[in-house]
Amino acid sequence: MKVDRSVILGVSVGPLVHIALLFSVFLLFAGHNAPGGGFVGGLVAGAALILRFVDGGAKAVERTVAFAPQQVLGAGLLIALATGIAPWLSGGDFLESAKLSLDVPVIGTMKTTSALPFDIGVYLVVVGLMQFVLLTLGAEDEEDAG
Amino acid sequence: MILLLSLHAAVALGASFAGRRLGSRVLYLGAVAPLVTLVWLVTQASTVIDGGSPVERVDWLPEIGLGFDLRLDAFSLLMAGLVSGIGFGIFVYSRSYFGNRSDLGPFTALLVAFAGSMLGVVVADNLLLLYVFWELTSITSYLLIGFSHEKGASRAAALQAILVTGGGGLAMLGGFVLLGQAAGTYSLSGIVAAPPEAPYVAAAAALILVGAVTKSAQVPFHFWLPGAMAAPTPVSAFLHSATLVKAGVYLIARMAPVFVATVGWWRAAVVVIGGATMILGGYRALRQHDLKLLLAYGTVSQLGFLVLLVGSGVPKLTFAGIALLLAHGLFKATLFMVVGIIDHETGTRDLRRLDGLARQMPVVFGVAAIAAASMAGLPLLLGFLAKEAAYEALIEYGGAAATAVVVIGSAITFAYGARFLWGGFASKAAVASPADTPDGPPPVIRLPLPFVAPPIVLAVLTVVLGLAAPAATTLVRAAARSVDLRVTEPKLVLWHGFTVALGLSVVSVAGGLVLFRARAAVERAQAVTDRAPSAQNSYERSVVGLNRIADRVTGTLQNGSLPIYIGVILLTVLALPGSVLLTRASLPSDVTIAESPLQAGVAGAIVAASIATAVATRRFVAVLLLGAVGFGVAVLFVLQGAPDLALTQLLVETLVLVIFVLVLRHLPERFEKAEWRLGRGLRLAVALGIGAFMSSFALVAAGSRRAEPVSNELVERALPDGGGRNVVNVILTDFRAFDTMGEITVLVVAALGIASLVTASRRSTGAADGDAS
Repeated sequence: MKVDRSVILGVSVGPLVHIALLFSVFLLFAGHNAPGGGFVGGLVAGAALILRFVDGGAKAVERTVAFAPQQVLGAGLLIALATGIAPWLSGGDFLESAKLSLDVPVIGTMKTTSALPFDIGVYLVVVGLMQFVLLTLGAEDEEDAG
Repeated sequence: MILLLSLHAAVALGASFAGRRLGSRVLYLGAVAPLVTLVWLVTQASTVIDGGSPVERVDWLPEIGLGFDLRLDAFSLLMAGLVSGIGFGIFVYSRSYFGNRSDLGPFTALLVAFAGSMLGVVVADNLLLLYVFWELTSITSYLLIGFSHEKGASRAAALQAILVTGGGGLAMLGGFVLLGQAAGTYSLSGIVAAPPEAPYVAAAAALILVGAVTKSAQVPFHFWLPGAMAAPTPVSAFLHSATLVKAGVYLIARMAPVFVATVGWWRAAVVVIGGATMILGGYRALRQHDLKLLLAYGTVSQLGFLVLLVGSGVPKLTFAGIALLLAHGLFKATLFMVVGIIDHETGTRDLRRLDGLARQMPVVFGVAAIAAASMAGLPLLLGFLAKEAAYEALIEYGGAAATAVVVIGSAITFAYGARFLWGGFASKAAVASPADTPDGPPPVIRLPLPFVAPPIVLAVLTVVLGLAAPAATTLVRAAARSVDLRVTEPKLVLWHGFTVALGLSVVSVAGGLVLFRARAAVERAQAVTDRAPSAQNSYERSVVGLNRIADRVTGTLQNGSLPIYIGVILLTVLALPGSVLLTRASLPSDVTIAESPLQAGVAGAIVAASIATAVATRRFVAVLLLGAVGFGVAVLFVLQGAPDLALTQLLVETLVLVIFVLVLRHLPERFEKAEWRLGRGLRLAVALGIGAFMSSFALVAAGSRRAEPVSNELVERALPDGGGRNVVNVILTDFRAFDTMGEITVLVVAALGIASLVTASRRSTGAADGDAS
């Protein structure tokens, strides 16, 4: 399945990937109040990785993310677990949520909950999964061709 | 006591982490735990011997009667003293035994963990807690037996030990629960104070006896103990002579007063098991060439003796049993340490190859002689006092048969004790020893002090406690009294006068001498009787048989055919909930077919795509059609006003399609033809059945709602409690965050699974390519 690289694709993938990644982060943070969330955001980021894959194969995916998929997966699970354990340490129940509002000078008041770090964990796990799939299932292709 | 147990846990953890850095000094770190315990026991000794019993309680799971209840009475004190005293000696001794090995960190950790668990067993005052510690000793013992894990024999021996003791432990747990329910309390002291009477107490007795008998290597479960000799010798000296195997004896001693009162057959069973074990173990010991195995079978024999004494529930016998328990701990640990020294210095434990060591290691020989003499029951030593007390009590209460068994067993004990000394140290003309130089006697081997000090101390204790009979009496009587309040009068004395008991001692020594002189004949006889089926063989056969049955069951149920797996699952759905649906439920009367023409159109497209997927012959086409089904569902979500679900559905469908394509490259273009002629019809029937079931189930379920939908409450609470307006997201990350946690864990596991499957298959195809080229 070795296909010649399309020039149009090659040129348009770069900006598209960045936009998609940015959008995925937006979905992640907006998710608590509007459609979106960690899972959906992770999927969009995964789709961005697929764009990279279609253009440049597994190598390109590897270059896009600075960390190995194992690290991304592990970090995600750990962050989610930590959000679960944190309220435990301060006397609450496992995964009990807390609200937080910050007054940032220029931007204004930021409100968030402890669900956000948990959602970040979910996001990372989904991204790591897609990264893993593309790197392993996708990598065969190049070896077969070579 | 809780502090001491925590100290053991902390030291064990510390040792496993610091092991690499400390090298062999980690053993000294390990020695801290038993040393501190020993000091604490000494401070408690006077109170406890006077009948006091410090208690500590922490609730753990009060709902099931499990509490962290610890209690130190005199019997516990004696056992704990043995555990920590011998344990401390073992740590000092191990430094010289192992030299500079790199893996002493985990070793120390395990040994400390074992010492802590054993301490827990003897101070636990709650049956369930006792069980927890009991199993911890089994597990640490398993790991220590298999410590030389690169040897297959060690691993097999370790597995055998944990299967036997773990199986017994499970039986014991059942017994504990029965007993605890009958008594209404799981407190050991409470049950002993008021033995429960219920029809099933007999069953409890049988189950607990199984647990104790497996742990203490009684017939017919004795075989694991000689196998456990695969462990390093310090482990054998600590666990498999002095402490772990005494756990069963300890439990039987504690339980005897309860069950003798309520269960008719208890005493007979214990005496028969103990007597048979005593004779069989001793008999086997007489033919061993490996000094360590000789001691192992000797231990089996002595454990039988102990069980017979402490299990009978007769105060005087209990007293003698506890005296023997103490004596045995001291002399058997000494003998094992001696074997370790011999093995370390000469490189062999085979008594056919050892020669003239008495001259080369005079001190070690002296120590071994004292210990063996105590074991054989020669005067002035602690073993003699214990055996005299046992004889005296047996003559009074035991009956002729039990007395005869013990006399014969003691004669055999003397014989194998003599065989040990002769085999380990004597100059044998038959052996051409390389140590015998023409220049005269070989030089005395210099041994480092920490290597010989522990056995010397134990041997000295054997002598001192033997000579200071009144002191030993005080300790043992206090211990016996805490088991059974009726123990009052018996004493350990050096000289009873010319009594029947002394006569029996003389008879057993004489018999032992005869057996020892006739050792060649005894070995020939053993060669014949060895052909009888042994417990070891039946163990092996049952393990092999179990594996074969498991193989067959797995082969039938997990035959690797995906259509059959799915078929079985779906048919089960049709058979169970499906039949209920048919017989019990009725379809709701007012069904809205579609809310809008658009909805009907999308649904029609989904149905068409589904049918097309099922009849497609090319894989790629089938995947695309499946994707169409998914996108159709996403459109339905949009129509129903669920943007979040639709978004997720679309993305998932897209990504799944890509992953499918990545995988499809490796599969044939078309589906295989079904090889099974009935297949098509059957599959069609199952598919239609499931389709009908799911549709009608959805209708019935939606039509029979009675309670308020949960979602209403979730929607109301999303903003105030979850702090978000997106209800779906609040549910995922807050209300049902625990589920999400589980799901992302599954995702991680799946990712790792995919990666390892792909890597593994690539490696195997790569290897195949390599072969081809």
